[in-house]
Amino acid sequence: MKYIILIVLLLSTFLLFFEGLKNDPKLIPSNLISKKIPKFKLPSLDNRSFEDSDLRTKDLKLINFFASWCPPCKVEHSNLIKLSQRFKIFGIAKKDTEKNIETWFSQMGNPYSKIGFDHDGMVSINWGVYGLPETFIIDKEQKIIYRHVGAITEKDMKKIKLILDKNK
Amino acid sequence: MRLLTLILIFFSTNLMCLEPDEILDNQNLEKRAKQIGQQLRCLVCQNEDIQNSNADIAKDLRILVRKLLLQNKSDKEIIKFVHERYGDFVLFSPPLRLDTMGLWLLPAGFFLLMIFFFFRRQK
Repeated sequence: MKYIILIVLLLSTFLLFFEGLKNDPKLIPSNLISKKIPKFKLPSLDNRSFEDSDLRTKDLKLINFFASWCPPCKVEHSNLIKLSQRFKIFGIAKKDTEKNIETWFSQMGNPYSKIGFDHDGMVSINWGVYGLPETFIIDKEQKIIYRHVGAITEKDMKKIKLILDKNK
Repeated sequence: MRLLTLILIFFSTNLMCLEPDEILDNQNLEKRAKQIGQQLRCLVCQNEDIQNSNADIAKDLRILVRKLLLQNKSDKEIIKFVHERYGDFVLFSPPLRLDTMGLWLLPAGFFLLMIFFFFRRQK
């Protein structure tokens, strides 16, 4: 009997261990899913301000944390342009300058409805951002329903479009 | 002399990541900031605390901890603030909840089981 208990315990430990190996240690689940968007106020590209109230619209939208110095952000840029034809995308540029952003957009286009500058990275922390790029989908009730970490590739586009269409 | 240099290099790693402009003038607050920093895991490094990490996010979190200390927040409030945004991953010791119970009880359970089998075998 005691051996059966021991075997069951060992087996369950190994199973848990092997299940854990499948997890990506770099992927940290967002703690903000199903929560309302955090409050923020940032200087914007049009010399006004970009704040949480700009996101309080009755439609589905995306918010993308990016920077011109971030190579994966350039990888996903063409996909953001595609998404911006159907949905509003707002951008938060982390530790970046207006000049660099404008140079980049003049070459590759601007998918964003509005851009805010997070010069000290504190707004990014408030959103639980830990790397660039990160994209959040916000529903009509201003709740965060999905967070994508890393560049949005063609493969990710299918999943993101599915979520967007489901919540439309 | 070489030995002394080696010892100094070895023990100076804690200071290497903290940049001079981050350090607070108030020594007590700085001490608390370091203690808090050692309890928070860097989100992009494997098993490194924010106090000893060179990552950009670790630096931002160190600055945040110091900003909150200057706003007279308690250590608990600061850790709660970061935990609310980054979840359990950011804490080196996860909170005791129903879903984390296994993490806390399994090692103790295994230890007790081993003792039980050990004494049974000796008898």
